[in-house]
Amino acid sequence: MTSENTNSPRAVGEASRSKKTRLPYYPGCTLKTTAKNLEDSALATAEALGIELVELPRWNCCGVVTSLTDDDLMHHVAPIRNLIRVQEMNAAGLADGETRLVTLCSMCFNTLKRSNARVRERPEDLTSLNDFMYLEEDYDGSVEVVHFLEILADLGAEEIGRRVKTPLTGLGVAPYYGCTLLRPKEIGIDDPERPTIQNDILQALGAELIDNPYKTVCCGSYQTVQDKHAVAELAHGILTHARAAGADVLTTFCPLCAFNLDNRQREIVERHPDFETIPVLYATQLMALAFGLGPESCRFDLNFVDPRPMLSSKGIMKEEAWATRQA
Amino acid sequence: MGNQTGMMERISESTRSLTTGVDTKDVEHWVMIYIMGRGYRVPADLTIMTAMEFAGYRLIRSCGCRQGFCGACATIFRREGEYKLESALACQTRVEDGMSLVQIPFSPADAASYDIASEAYAYSVFSKHYPEVARCVSCNTCTKACPQDLEVMDYVQSAIKGDFGGLTEQSFDCIQCGLCAIRCPAEIVQYNVAQLGRRMYGRYGSPEPAHLKARIAEIEEGKFDEALDRLAGASTEELEKLYAASERESDG
Repeated sequence: MTSENTNSPRAVGEASRSKKTRLPYYPGCTLKTTAKNLEDSALATAEALGIELVELPRWNCCGVVTSLTDDDLMHHVAPIRNLIRVQEMNAAGLADGETRLVTLCSMCFNTLKRSNARVRERPEDLTSLNDFMYLEEDYDGSVEVVHFLEILADLGAEEIGRRVKTPLTGLGVAPYYGCTLLRPKEIGIDDPERPTIQNDILQALGAELIDNPYKTVCCGSYQTVQDKHAVAELAHGILTHARAAGADVLTTFCPLCAFNLDNRQREIVERHPDFETIPVLYATQLMALAFGLGPESCRFDLNFVDPRPMLSSKGIMKEEAWATRQA
Repeated sequence: MGNQTGMMERISESTRSLTTGVDTKDVEHWVMIYIMGRGYRVPADLTIMTAMEFAGYRLIRSCGCRQGFCGACATIFRREGEYKLESALACQTRVEDGMSLVQIPFSPADAASYDIASEAYAYSVFSKHYPEVARCVSCNTCTKACPQDLEVMDYVQSAIKGDFGGLTEQSFDCIQCGLCAIRCPAEIVQYNVAQLGRRMYGRYGSPEPAHLKARIAEIEEGKFDEALDRLAGASTEELEKLYAASERESDG
């Protein structure tokens, strides 16, 4: 199997200066509902960078959480069916022969890429899956599942920096990764122990990078359903360490991490009355602001801890821009 | 529409049970079908429904409009030599030689009760009333079962995405026969999920049609009171004459 990490960084930046690069895009259910703030800000950011993320005309659940058991192929049906949709999109002339499928939700990224890796490694599994989906055209293994962060890294900090209209000067940003972008390492987009892929981007936006070792500590994931207080304790550790290191906000690309780090601050405050809440943002929300795209594309109303007071205190947002809308 | 009477006669003719007035001497092509395991020789050009009647079944349930609209005649069948169980509407599907079949008159499926006015117009309405939608593994079995050729899996996915407009569009021709729910390995009641979605879209999502608003105002002003009184007092013969001469208005 060819590693998707060696995917040659095609000249997206070059293209963005002349004409838009169109890339097939898989949103996932959360980006259409509770994480609309990730989708809207990412689509706006991409457009400003000359990239058009073209949503698959037809898509289903990513399969959420890869099936790890050897004989359970049923749960690979959903992810592989989505990859067939990329082939269909190309056949319909909607994707310029582009085989990369861009994801934004790190959970969707993880699930789709792992299923893709599985069927590439085990052709007999691909045959079984294709046979089961006999109404669809066969999946040929050609799709490369990528994350939007990889597209940004390919573009490079210089290209991103060129778009900045409102630098995030004086804003301490702690990048947070969680696990699904990084693990297992065969499909991860960066070093699973010491990821840095957000660093250049945040610095290009003019932010003060607050790198800290808690960036890969588990957020508690789905335990949030079973035991919200256990998750709140994990989040408490991650947030207080980021704060102690000088962070004003944290950034993530995972809607589940965002929920656990952001929404669980309600439970943290109950147990730790001295805890000072801290905004948790999708990195693309900060990018959209830095690019001067306005708060409309950021959907800050979906963030649990309102980041707007912090952002306006740093002069990154105008206070009336949100105060009037709130009234 | 001058040919209205002729059309009504043709519809009435086509829905008449073929078991009456068929002279078996005139039937050229015959097939064997197996209704609940028992073999019957029936004329080859009958639908499953009329073939059952030819075989002597009197349909009290599993039979409604005979036009493919009501969804009452859900049928499970298998072609000779095939392993696949397929599904169809008995009134819309012709018998084939060697076909084995049974009718499913009713699906005792869960239908949530809710007050549409107090539900939030968000995807959460589905997880609240039909949480099993989240269990969809995208196997597409529901789509294969649908006698209306709907993309059932795609409308379930639209529910998960909170796309009420898409769900309405994709499920609009559902006749609620229940075959999708019977086949679903995730135990989703697709057709009731879709009905909830369409109701939500109708109430909160779709734009209010201007012509409907105008017509309601006209009704309230009493514009049609006199005409209605006239109809209410008309004889059956007069009504039949009026119906035959009526023209359908455009939907505007």
